[in-house]
Amino acid sequence: MGVRGVSKEVRQKDRVIIRFAGDSGDGMQLTGDRFTSETAELGNDLSTLPDFPAEIRAPAGTLPGVSAFQLHFADHDVMTPGDRPDVLVAMNPAALKANIGDLPAGADVIVNTDEFTPRALAKVGYAANPLEDDSLSAYQVHAIPLTSLTVKALETFEISRKDAERAKNMFALGLLSWLYHRPVESTLAFLQRKFAAAPELARANVTASNAGWNFGETTEAFTVRYEVKPAVMPPGLYRNITGNIALAYGLIASSQRSGLPLFLGSYPITPASDILHELSKHKRFGVRTFQAEDEIAGVGAALGAAFGGAIGVTTTSGPGVDLKSETIGLAVTLELPLVVCDIQRAGPSTGMPTKAEQSDLLLAMFGRHGEAPVPIVAPLSPSDCFDAAIEAVRIALKYRTPVFLLSDAYLANGSEPWLLPDVASLPDLRVEFATEPNHTKADGTAEFWPYLRDPETLARPWAVPGTAGLEHRVGGIEKADGSGNISYDPSNHDTMVRLRQAKIDGIVRDIPPLAVDDPTGDAEVLVLGWGSTYGPIGAAVRLVRESGAKVAQAHLRHLNPLPANTGDVLRAYRRVLIPEMNLGQLALLIRARYLVDAISYTQVRGMPFKSDELVDALRDVIDT
Amino acid sequence: MTIPEPRNGMSLVPAADAKATKKEFTSDQEVRWCPGCGDYAILAAMQSFLPELGLRRENVVCISGIGCAARFPYYLNTYGMHSIHGRAPAIATGLATSRPDLSVWVVGGDGDFMSIGGNHLIHALRRNVNLKLLMFNNRIYGLTKGQYSPTSEVGKLTKSTPYGSIDFPFNPVSLALGAEATFVARTIDSDRKHLTSVLRAAAEHRGAAFVEILQNCDIFNDGAFDLLKKPETRDTAVVRLEHGQPVRFGVDGQKGVRLSPQGGLDVVDVAAVGEDALLVHDAHAPEPATAFMLSRLGNVDDGVTPVGVLRSVERPTYDDQVRRQIDDAVATSGPGDLAALLASGDTWTIS
Ligand code: SF4
Repeated sequence: MGVRGVSKEVRQKDRVIIRFAGDSGDGMQLTGDRFTSETAELGNDLSTLPDFPAEIRAPAGTLPGVSAFQLHFADHDVMTPGDRPDVLVAMNPAALKANIGDLPAGADVIVNTDEFTPRALAKVGYAANPLEDDSLSAYQVHAIPLTSLTVKALETFEISRKDAERAKNMFALGLLSWLYHRPVESTLAFLQRKFAAAPELARANVTASNAGWNFGETTEAFTVRYEVKPAVMPPGLYRNITGNIALAYGLIASSQRSGLPLFLGSYPITPASDILHELSKHKRFGVRTFQAEDEIAGVGAALGAAFGGAIGVTTTSGPGVDLKSETIGLAVTLELPLVVCDIQRAGPSTGMPTKAEQSDLLLAMFGRHGEAPVPIVAPLSPSDCFDAAIEAVRIALKYRTPVFLLSDAYLANGSEPWLLPDVASLPDLRVEFATEPNHTKADGTAEFWPYLRDPETLARPWAVPGTAGLEHRVGGIEKADGSGNISYDPSNHDTMVRLRQAKIDGIVRDIPPLAVDDPTGDAEVLVLGWGSTYGPIGAAVRLVRESGAKVAQAHLRHLNPLPANTGDVLRAYRRVLIPEMNLGQLALLIRARYLVDAISYTQVRGMPFKSDELVDALRDVIDT
Repeated sequence: MTIPEPRNGMSLVPAADAKATKKEFTSDQEVRWCPGCGDYAILAAMQSFLPELGLRRENVVCISGIGCAARFPYYLNTYGMHSIHGRAPAIATGLATSRPDLSVWVVGGDGDFMSIGGNHLIHALRRNVNLKLLMFNNRIYGLTKGQYSPTSEVGKLTKSTPYGSIDFPFNPVSLALGAEATFVARTIDSDRKHLTSVLRAAAEHRGAAFVEILQNCDIFNDGAFDLLKKPETRDTAVVRLEHGQPVRFGVDGQKGVRLSPQGGLDVVDVAAVGEDALLVHDAHAPEPATAFMLSRLGNVDDGVTPVGVLRSVERPTYDDQVRRQIDDAVATSGPGDLAALLASGDTWTIS
């Protein structure tokens, strides 16, 4: 109950999608992050989608400069950040114009009227103020002077006008926290930490947040408050996590579980850099991070570290993979462990660096000269990046091979609640280095053959420098089967090419079969996906089933090799639909491998699929 | 910045129980350079010299790129990697940064280090990674059969420059000095004693040691360094730099080098100016300016070429500091606890 006791109706909702949008300098990502933490703490399931420009400070007030953060939270299991926001917070006319088209009729629109000046409106091409004509009549518009209310609330503080204005995002956060009954304690504690060096600013931001909350309670602009009850989730300790942080943790966990030091060689690139940032903090785990002079040196150093017995990892995005290809090929023939994390973004070339795409699948498969097979692992959600990283390291260590980990910009920056795993239950990744000669010469003396393979895995021994008696040379020139000496013998090359392929193909015996979700067991249509499309596909499948139709879903964790039963699974259905954020790369592989007439459904807008469009695509296939 | 211990390039590398022989450092692989190639002399010198370091053979690693010189690791019975054209310094950086117990040698040619791998070389030098980088400079592309290289003289007639090359060449020593190298030296393939002394100084240097070895390619650029080798010209061509000694050369040391009043260096007759007027070589000078001037004193083509250690200064190495940061973090906060890491930040419990 507010100070003036305006009574508010409280309505229950099962789910809400909010989008915060403003200039890239307005702090929308921070606001979204804090609202996410409050929501996680309350116990809703959630999924987030940050969407920001590649420019650090794009021109203020322009459409390309709009930075947005979308959050979907619910009292049930959430699979995507949501298609169409129920609430838009627009900090300026550009944010309104860029986002209004995504809203369903009846959505709430909270706008900061202070920014709706003739100049700002003209900048984005509004001939008239949309708040003053009837162009927004389909929505519930809450026109609030967020900036001036914030400045007024902070007038007694000894801070600059600019600092006071900048606190308007906390005013907005306080208001939204009130509107949805979010607990704000963690945000207030966060502000104290963030502004620890400037206590006056800390108090000002806390005050702005409280003012926003109180405004909600007292104003007549809002007559209704909402409640979204906690979701039923498996018991345990949770945190919210983004894909990049989960991936970094997965690498550290792999180091702990293998007992091998982690070495990251990396060159800054969007959207992968956060992994470098995160890993560089964790020196206590013995993690060495090397910010290289270029992408090539990043992967080269990782390979050098692997030669010395470390888990060598490089993190990058598509353009960096192009540059690393030659070194990945060397790792294929050296048969040393190496993990290449490609956080895919929209290409070709620079493309759209902050936007997601799945268009590097064929690059990972085939993007090297010669026959150079590389296993590929793909995470399906932000928190799943943790497990996928461990799986990539497991394969790399066991089979002495480079492995691609294909994440993308959506997984990298998106977040979701994560039930923390029991550390002791994580896979045991210990490997044995070679310590003894493994071959006897004709004269009876023992020697070491670096390419004498394990008969089961076809992996070669990993003998690290410092091991007496196993001195050996490896290199890019073709090696004789067994001894590893330089060999230009034609039939030896044929043997070696086939052995390297057989080693990668043989991993199929070491990965789980493709699981199919087909509740009634008699669906005729299968939807097959990989990577970050898991959420949107899952949400669409749920909607289709709710409407009474039948559809089966399968999702690939391993793209190379594909699970042993993949062909059988595909052939069991009348139609197979493959939605991808590329022009049909998995579909191409599936058609080539299994001669299955899969239907490719694609979009490359840099954003995840909307569940609605997948529902339509699925219905089309089911009905034909 | 304080320079952490240790200060010798090999201090963390385990010593051999007994002194090894040249034979033990020689692999069983057939050497495949052209007969008469300068690489043979360098290989023989290395195979003899490495045992003298008294290191365990299994803790010596040689990493190369691509080119004639890059076959080097196959012929040393140590750990080795023949990698990718230009990339050896980057690969070696990863190895040296994660393994302080190894003595890591990087071998390449002028194409490998100055052209395709120029970027990796300059960054390995400025970071001061504990690597010994040996550049065999024959001023030509050998393995690809005779194109001009980034150290070839202007006007050189090669298969790819039938009208004469028009690229201005690098002076490798000047380049290394400009790249903040802490150790820069030049030597000649055929001068075994000088070559060995320079290699020893490089091995002892803690940090990146760049050694340019002038190497004859008798197939595609034969005689490139004849002025420095022929008895009738070598005394006037080779300027042997020794730390703490006046810079003298020529027959009976008749010539010397003096700081010019205009800045720069002058070649003078010692008899005319007296030895006291000569520049005394200071390889440990904190600033590389004089070393840089020496590196530009002349060049192979005009017949004056300084050799020896031009610069050798102490600066913390990249790999030592990486280890220091890890050790400090563990000493201050204890080793990492995975479960605590996963549960860092805001958490909540669902029961
Ligand atoms: S081509 Fe020249 S550098 Fe190469 S091996 Fe032959 S002589 Fe030596």
